Amino acid sequence: MKMMTRLMGAAVIAASALSTAPLQAEGTLVIASSQVPRHLNGAVQSGIATAVPSTQIFASPLRYDENWEPQPYLAESWSVSDDGLSVTLNLVQNATFHDGKPVTSEDVAFSIMTIKENHPFKSMFAPVEAIETPDAHTAVIKLSNPHPALLLALSPALAPILPKHIYGDGQDVKAHPANAAPIGSGPFMLSEFTPGEAIVLKKNPNFFIEGRPMLDEIIIRIINDPSALLIAMENGEADVYPFMAGSQEIKRLSEADHLTVSNEGYAAVGPINWLAFNTKSPKLSDVRVRQAISYAVDRDFITKALHRGVSTPQRSPIIESSPFFDAAAVAAYDVDLEKAKALMTEAGFGDGMELTVDYIPGPAEQQKSIAEYLKSQLAKIGIDVTVRAAPDFPTWAGRVGGHDFELTMDVVFNWGDPVIGVHRTYLTDNIRQGVIWSNTQSYSNARVDEILAQAAIEGDFAKRKALYSEFQALVTQDVPIYFINATPYHTAYKKELMNAPMGIWGTMHPMDRVHWSK
Amino acid sequence: MTPSYLLRRLFYGLLLMLGVVVLNFLLIRLAPGDPAVVIAGEMGGADEALLAAIRADYGLDKPVLTQLGIYIGNVLQGDLGQSFFFNQPVATLIGDRIGPTILLVLCAQVISILLGVFLGVIAARKPNGVLSGFVSVFATIGYAVPVFWTGIMLIILFASVFPIFPVEGMQSVRLRDAGFMIRALDVAHHLVLPAFTLALIYLAQYARLSRASMLEVLGSDYIRTARAKGASERSVLFKHALRNASLPILTVAGLQFGNLISGALLVETVFNWPGMGRLAFDSILRRDYPTIMGVLFFASAMVVVANLLTDLSYRLADPRLRGKS
Repeated sequence: MKMMTRLMGAAVIAASALSTAPLQAEGTLVIASSQVPRHLNGAVQSGIATAVPSTQIFASPLRYDENWEPQPYLAESWSVSDDGLSVTLNLVQNATFHDGKPVTSEDVAFSIMTIKENHPFKSMFAPVEAIETPDAHTAVIKLSNPHPALLLALSPALAPILPKHIYGDGQDVKAHPANAAPIGSGPFMLSEFTPGEAIVLKKNPNFFIEGRPMLDEIIIRIINDPSALLIAMENGEADVYPFMAGSQEIKRLSEADHLTVSNEGYAAVGPINWLAFNTKSPKLSDVRVRQAISYAVDRDFITKALHRGVSTPQRSPIIESSPFFDAAAVAAYDVDLEKAKALMTEAGFGDGMELTVDYIPGPAEQQKSIAEYLKSQLAKIGIDVTVRAAPDFPTWAGRVGGHDFELTMDVVFNWGDPVIGVHRTYLTDNIRQGVIWSNTQSYSNARVDEILAQAAIEGDFAKRKALYSEFQALVTQDVPIYFINATPYHTAYKKELMNAPMGIWGTMHPMDRVHWSK
Repeated sequence: MTPSYLLRRLFYGLLLMLGVVVLNFLLIRLAPGDPAVVIAGEMGGADEALLAAIRADYGLDKPVLTQLGIYIGNVLQGDLGQSFFFNQPVATLIGDRIGPTILLVLCAQVISILLGVFLGVIAARKPNGVLSGFVSVFATIGYAVPVFWTGIMLIILFASVFPIFPVEGMQSVRLRDAGFMIRALDVAHHLVLPAFTLALIYLAQYARLSRASMLEVLGSDYIRTARAKGASERSVLFKHALRNASLPILTVAGLQFGNLISGALLVETVFNWPGMGRLAFDSILRRDYPTIMGVLFFASAMVVVANLLTDLSYRLADPRLRGKS
């Protein structure tokens, strides 16, 4: 028994010595994340999980401020020719990769062509025909047509500049061994990468911007269990938790005195939660049925009650925080059950119908709960809804990509410029069997195709915005998709954290200015 | 125990492993879903050309039996394949995680046996006493409660309400540059909650088993003789009775090893413990076939080896079995 008492005493002493009281090393930032990256090379891999570390490791030609204005980064200046067919980047002279080799125009040319060939967002650099390198610090991007989305596509999250001397060795870039141990020219260098566990980034002492980065170290800690993640934030074990979307999580961390919780930093991501219709389904091919469903669903109830007020209603294919959103153009479908019933009768479904709704596996609050709400709500207009769960992402993706669905809940990102993230959902030539996040609605409107083709090359902002206004009006009339809400992404961070990662890209942006107040 | 017996057991063990490999492969491949779509989805989008290229890259375009043949051939050469998701050799991924899993499982095993047997012996001393009743209730609850629920409750209690233990992981990220002793203590500190959670369910079983086994032994003639000789109660309990009562405990300990590994899958997920269980959990969600099969292969191998060792140690502990094969 004495032994037992001694052991317990020793355990208590050890526990108190190591207790989770602040152990904050100066200049270390711990980011808690539930996102698992496959590797760290954002040039060939989209998504949040890779973009957060990739934007710290790799620099890019430009970066964006919170007003969607491009700012110098690896390019100290840039110019677009009058015909819009040529963009000249003048690179800084002093940038080097983490292995000491200089960053040159050759690297820029190599990287952009690599991204064009390998990145899933084909539209980003599709018009790029060639990149000329008249000298080591000048790169001239030659385009087949004007491409206003190009400058945004040169952001850190989309255009990491790779070292040609490493990636240009002839190996497949998507499976290159350096993707797990990348060398970039960004503010932080990779120190340790344990797949699925942690990414440790150390300060780059030779970063080309003087006095930056201000932190010594960033540690991205991957924590799968949501409750463990929340406690880690509450206990101070982690400093930042980005891409938090659950209303209970948001409410809970908002109550912690030492944390700030903000929904800023996601404008460029543009995450939209929506209900998609298979317009080729005989029951849904009549636009009046789709409109009837739209009039029956109450997005205010969803955002205020189901999401406890943390999400914002979304009425358009373009995220409402984008400069291209036009509130006046969209058909909002304020809830009107009488009108919905009348439309059902007009379409020949006055006696009701049966429909199946799928939902993408993920946070129940965004997907499953809404699907179940649809069941009770659509019963009011005579639609008998069956909610069909999918055990995992591949099953759901197989159904929707294979066009084997009637209705589905989904969340899709705008990715900054409509050309990158919006067009893909509505273009007739992007109806591709077996491809998830293409035009799986099989929506086709010749005028929409025409507008999107023009908007992709229109250099004048006002004219481009007008085109997108017409696009928003047409799509919300045709309702291939009923838009519900912007996914309520929030970032929680410690109050002592200065210049917290916000802006339009949030944590998918170099954190060279982030520092602690003491 | 003869060498031929040992060889025969080893042969059966290997045969079992082969069966496990074939069964794992077929079960996983027969599940619905296309891993190429998952890989493409992880890459942010897909088209037919990319899907075809992925299927060709990973050999998914070949007939299932051909894939099985290739897989067995590779496993025999020590190649467990390449993870679909991380694009790294499965052996490397498992190699990084097997240490933490073994640490967790062994600690849980030791805690559950020591504490369980201790409680069982105490309870057997006065079978109708308060302590015995408490042990029975505790054992029943411990056995009935799901391990992930216990884990979450312990996190809430000891990491949130009374924050004396860390919430997750195996070491503090902020102590990674500290000296060896500090880091070892840090790992021990992180180990307390997951090891105790995993131990709890088995602890209950050992307590019940050793209580029953001790009660049986304590009723036998030689115990009465020992007491009559004037042996102390401690000596009677721990020296005379426990030694004979421990044989069933030893058997169960070996058999429980497999259960402990499957329990570790849940505990590792709840506590974010960087072991094989979490790797398995993540890989199942991602249809990362080579990784799932690699983890299953390793886990099966550990169970086969544990059972073999149990069998051998049982023979060493019980002289009556040595002559038999």
